[in-house]
Amino acid sequence: MSDLHTISEAPVASEPHGKPAKAAKNNSLWSDAWYDLRHNKVFVIGAVLALVLVVMAIFPGLFSPINAFDSGHCNLIDARKGITSEHWFGTDSQGCDTYAKVIYGTRVSILVGVLTSVATGLVGGALGLLAGYLGKWTDIILSRVAEVFFAIPSILGALLILSVVGRNNAGVWTVVMALSVLAWPMVLRIMRASVISTKNQDYITAARALGASPWRISTKHILPNAIAPVIVVCTMNLGVFIAAEAALSFLGVGIQSPGISWGLMISDGRNRFLMAPEPLLFPAIFLSITVLSFVMIGDAVRDALDPKLR
Amino acid sequence: MGRYVIRRLLQAIPVLLGSTFLIFAIVYALPGDPVAALGGEKRIDPILAAQLREKFHLNDPLIVQYGYYVRDIFTGDFGQTFRGVPVSTIFQGKFQVTFQLAMTALTIEAVIGLGLGLFAALRRGRWEDQGILAITLLLVSVPTLVSGFILQLVLGVKLKTEAGIDFFPVAGIGDGWRSYLVPGFVLAGTSIAYLTRLTRTSLMETLRADYIRTAVAKGMPRSRVLGRHALRNSLIPLVTYLGADLGQLMGGAVITEAIFNLPGIGQQLFSSVYLRENPVVVGIVTLLVLIYLLANLVVDLLYAVLDPRIRYE
Repeated sequence: MSDLHTISEAPVASEPHGKPAKAAKNNSLWSDAWYDLRHNKVFVIGAVLALVLVVMAIFPGLFSPINAFDSGHCNLIDARKGITSEHWFGTDSQGCDTYAKVIYGTRVSILVGVLTSVATGLVGGALGLLAGYLGKWTDIILSRVAEVFFAIPSILGALLILSVVGRNNAGVWTVVMALSVLAWPMVLRIMRASVISTKNQDYITAARALGASPWRISTKHILPNAIAPVIVVCTMNLGVFIAAEAALSFLGVGIQSPGISWGLMISDGRNRFLMAPEPLLFPAIFLSITVLSFVMIGDAVRDALDPKLR
Repeated sequence: MGRYVIRRLLQAIPVLLGSTFLIFAIVYALPGDPVAALGGEKRIDPILAAQLREKFHLNDPLIVQYGYYVRDIFTGDFGQTFRGVPVSTIFQGKFQVTFQLAMTALTIEAVIGLGLGLFAALRRGRWEDQGILAITLLLVSVPTLVSGFILQLVLGVKLKTEAGIDFFPVAGIGDGWRSYLVPGFVLAGTSIAYLTRLTRTSLMETLRADYIRTAVAKGMPRSRVLGRHALRNSLIPLVTYLGADLGQLMGGAVITEAIFNLPGIGQQLFSSVYLRENPVVVGIVTLLVLIYLLANLVVDLLYAVLDPRIRYE
């Protein structure tokens, strides 16, 4: 019971932790977590930012009158003009509008972040459930394989994979694949540990005694009770993957040139960065804000779902 | 203790073999013929090409090639590139640069992370604590790519031209240890934030323990309570994190090296991938995996130093 004590004592970043009658009425983990989230300022700010970015990713036309993929608007005479009333974020070396490019670059970042998180969550989660629930040889083999992937530094590994599969035609999917291949073991470890601690609970023994099949036990009883840490780590990883995509595109193995990505823009802007910082600065600011919004969401989700980690 | 170390080393072998084989398979799946690439525009003499293929076992199946590679590694030989340069010669200097960068980052991380975390835990719930948490949020959110360029502009250029302070070199390694300060800080960025948070939570938990209350109650000086009782007992998760981070920092250095123009192994890996110097690529990753495994072993052994209750059979 010392756990309960520490939770109620732990400071909450933004609001006093008093839970009125509403939360007490339906007190499943999920409804409690949702209640916590809605009343957490950090989450609300992060979620609003993320929502704007997602809308920007789906309908970039709403934010920018210029279509950044249509290079017709670029005029070399305007190259590196700095901030003007016409070009709010200045122009790059080709005279293209940086604002339009930054807006259109949102899609790649959001897509890579979300897809990689979902892919690693599904693969790592499923294998973690298998390893944790079945134990024995399945566990030994899966854990060893995970360890092998774990030992490879992720950015270097992704760089290698992309230089094999994505030479000159890397797109969102190849980047997602390369990042997922190296990141799933982390989810497996967390899911496995969570499943093992859930497996020994009394209600699992009870379900088994009632004759529930292993499939039913693992999907109906273990999964809902063990998945919270996986959701936490997947949300927290979103920002990490977005930053990784930018890094890989910056290194030249991620998204390639007709495509638009903040990492690519940073790499284009770096040569003249000291004289004309705008083409590098604005994608960098957007990248940081995007990562920040997902980190805020991740922090809040962790606080809501996993109070022990607070 | 000795037996424990040996068992751990033996356990590390399958991981090492698995990781290197994975990298080996990826690298040898790279499109194009490395021997043909040697000649550039010219076609290479077929007899020479055949000879090179024979010498580098390129005609053998992948698994046999890997076998030759492992045999050489165990005798300390990282092989040579297709141009005949020993891989160890290429590593020389480059490896030190990355290691020095990672160690600088680790030192900065440990000093700032432990310091901020300690301070936050002591000022728990007050504005200093909230402020430090906000700082960690910012540190996590700004990717290396962004902080690197911004610090390069601010510390390397603006500070020099506008305030006349020329203390922070931001390109190359011509200034000795000072060259690594800014890149080290940039590389450590996110880790500083995680370590700060970890120190804060770990210490807050320890500070609630009964033996801390006893120590305070019997009038022990505050510094001794903190240093001897609280910090030492919170240190295990922190040391674990720092140990695991060394490998991450060495691997993540590729971006920092690209921004600050440091001639380390990240840069070397990058050019070797394009020059198709397969043995160099595999060698670099093998070394990094080795460092990761060794760092984890050292951390495990440190547990016994930090907490004498832990014994190794």
